[in-house]
Amino acid sequence: MQRRKSPRSVAGAAVLALVASGALAACGGSSSAAGTPTLTWYINPDGGGSDPTKGGQAQIALECTKAAQGRYRINFQQLPNSASDQRTQLLRRLAAGDSNMDLMSVDPAFNTEFAAAGYYAPVPQKMVKQFTQDRVQSSIDASKYKGKLISVPFWANTQVLWYRKSVAKQAGLDMTKPVTWDQLIAAAQKSKTDIGVQAALYEGYSVWINALIEGAGGHIVKNPNATYESIQLGLDSAAGKAAAAVIAKVAKTGTGGPAVGSSQETQSLNLFQGKKTSGFLVNWPYVYAALKSAKVPWLDDVGWTMYPRTVDGKPSTPPFGGIEIAVGKDSNHPDLAYDAASCITNEEHQVLYMVSTGNPASRKQAFSDPKVTKAFPGGLAALIRDSLDKAATRPLSPYWGDMSTALQQRFSPPDAVGPNTPAAAQKFILDVLNGKALL
Amino acid sequence: MTSVVENAKETPARKKPKAVLSDRARSERALGWRLAGPAFFVMLFVTLWPIGDAIWLSLFNYRLTDPAGRKFVWFQNYVTALSDPLFWQTFVTTFAIVIFTLIFELIFGFAIALVMNKIVVPRKTLRTIVLIPYAIITVVSAFSWRYAAEIDTGFFNHWLNWITVGGFPLDYNWFGGRWSSLFIISMSEIWKTTPFMSLLLLAGLAQVDSSMEEAAQVDGATWWQRLYKVVLPNMKAALMVAVLFRTLDAIRIYDNPYVMTGGANETMSLSMLVSNETITRVEIGMGSALSVILFIIVLIVAAIFVRGFKVDLTGGNK
Repeated sequence: MQRRKSPRSVAGAAVLALVASGALAACGGSSSAAGTPTLTWYINPDGGGSDPTKGGQAQIALECTKAAQGRYRINFQQLPNSASDQRTQLLRRLAAGDSNMDLMSVDPAFNTEFAAAGYYAPVPQKMVKQFTQDRVQSSIDASKYKGKLISVPFWANTQVLWYRKSVAKQAGLDMTKPVTWDQLIAAAQKSKTDIGVQAALYEGYSVWINALIEGAGGHIVKNPNATYESIQLGLDSAAGKAAAAVIAKVAKTGTGGPAVGSSQETQSLNLFQGKKTSGFLVNWPYVYAALKSAKVPWLDDVGWTMYPRTVDGKPSTPPFGGIEIAVGKDSNHPDLAYDAASCITNEEHQVLYMVSTGNPASRKQAFSDPKVTKAFPGGLAALIRDSLDKAATRPLSPYWGDMSTALQQRFSPPDAVGPNTPAAAQKFILDVLNGKALL
Repeated sequence: MTSVVENAKETPARKKPKAVLSDRARSERALGWRLAGPAFFVMLFVTLWPIGDAIWLSLFNYRLTDPAGRKFVWFQNYVTALSDPLFWQTFVTTFAIVIFTLIFELIFGFAIALVMNKIVVPRKTLRTIVLIPYAIITVVSAFSWRYAAEIDTGFFNHWLNWITVGGFPLDYNWFGGRWSSLFIISMSEIWKTTPFMSLLLLAGLAQVDSSMEEAAQVDGATWWQRLYKVVLPNMKAALMVAVLFRTLDAIRIYDNPYVMTGGANETMSLSMLVSNETITRVEIGMGSALSVILFIIVLIVAAIFVRGFKVDLTGGNK
């Protein structure tokens, strides 16, 4: 039988052709016909979302496009919500040599990994000074690998200790002086309140463990620039044991709340908002805006101070977070991209971003801007700036991703943490890095 | 279905290898190569080459983001994988799901096939309705089952609570433990793939000559005896093909546990482990080694079926 093309198969072919051409157009070059190069900026979701009027990265993209006066146009693409999904997406494109990877908002947890893999275009020598000027120290640390600047500090995050003034008073804790974790736990027990911490199986738990170890004068990784074969860990040390002791004490005394093993930022904030459990909390600065918008009646009773000390007499090293701006090595316009990065991270945009999204600036000047001191009142802005200057980054090793996952696994659940946990974690991490254990 | 018919025709010819080919047979064979040859080579290119590449990469300690640290380690990845408790945990999880789902899919699938085979009136409608779960994208069905079983959005707990007159706790967390999570994952799998099973079995049932059944009935065989002595032996080929397909399919399970638990509480399947090593950790060497191991497991299972149960994949009709 002679088969003739049915109308349906013709239509099918037409649809296929359309889809194919559409897909090709989507993959098309980054230069538009008009001659204005388009830079693609992969942004992590923030308070502004994709709305260019909410003061988020979307608005900064629009403003910098205007400021460029036709030299370039910034087009943004939103990354997934979780940091690990962001990493996977960026990594795939970078590894495949995507020439549209002009600008990226990168989490410090995998910034070093990408730089070590050679995925970034080098920062122009003449711009290094501009990108490090007036920045808080921790954000500069997080943007360096092997002593060289690899990315541009954008915003910087740090945790502070939030507390109820009345609870601290009732427990007899003097909050004008630096407090230790032991004092906090005792105060929480005495006042029958909780300390909000992050100890679920996720990156936030590693943030806590790292801050505790750094606070005791130790480091998880002694030589962050080393290869996986020669890397040396400092978990199995006095500092590691001191950190494990704090975690075990918080979990075993029940001061971390009933579900400390599944507590992330939100759960710990809920604990702080709970009527009976509200006492202490270690968390990022967004807490203030969150409490304000939740209209808690006791906002005046909320106090804030420097992150607690791991050991008495040694200054604490608060956690560091935030976002760096990086330029992909296969970008068609690395120079324009760095120009755009300079616009994105200028003081005006730092202030705008801090005020609208609650994410602190990396520029010190921004913290004394009247708009910022209004949004972060009562010395909160100054506290965040000080905390950022003293903050310690997580280990800047290209293998941090694996280390962090392994660390969380061995430190979970928190109430099973004991004096031998750091040594066990250290052995496990080294096995994983050397391909002798699965993760 | 022409290929099946042709294959069936060729089978006796293969059994006498020294037979001289006639001109016609030779030209038919040449035509066959011309028609199928290009596709055959494309198949070789897109399957054998990646498989070979994966085997080669599996001999390295190689992380995509650390090209300088690439090191040839012979079979160390295999030794690590096979001696690691995490691998065996995913192995047990995967095969627990395979065996549990297969048993229930067979029973339910066969029951549905029997009904579909007997019912005449709304035959097409019935077959369409039965196929609906199979037509739903696995991720979507996984999310539906997850929401149905969760404490806040779910209705399972409410139904069970109502059936047991309050005996079943309303706040029972199905995804809080290993076996309860695996139970929901398996239920979702069964719900989704039973239609596929029933269609394959229906094809087998249709092959059973009804006159044989009638003869058995005349001889006084009961319904069970007819099922065991007449129907099942006559549809063995279709039955085994269905079981083999489902087993191989179920070994690769990924979407359901990924969506429902993300691998928490020891519910990670072998495929999830492979993807975790390859995509998330970008440990290409270890990921390739695990893929090769998974491939070998599939081969072993297929060999057991084909050799052990004498499944003939080329022809259902004898």
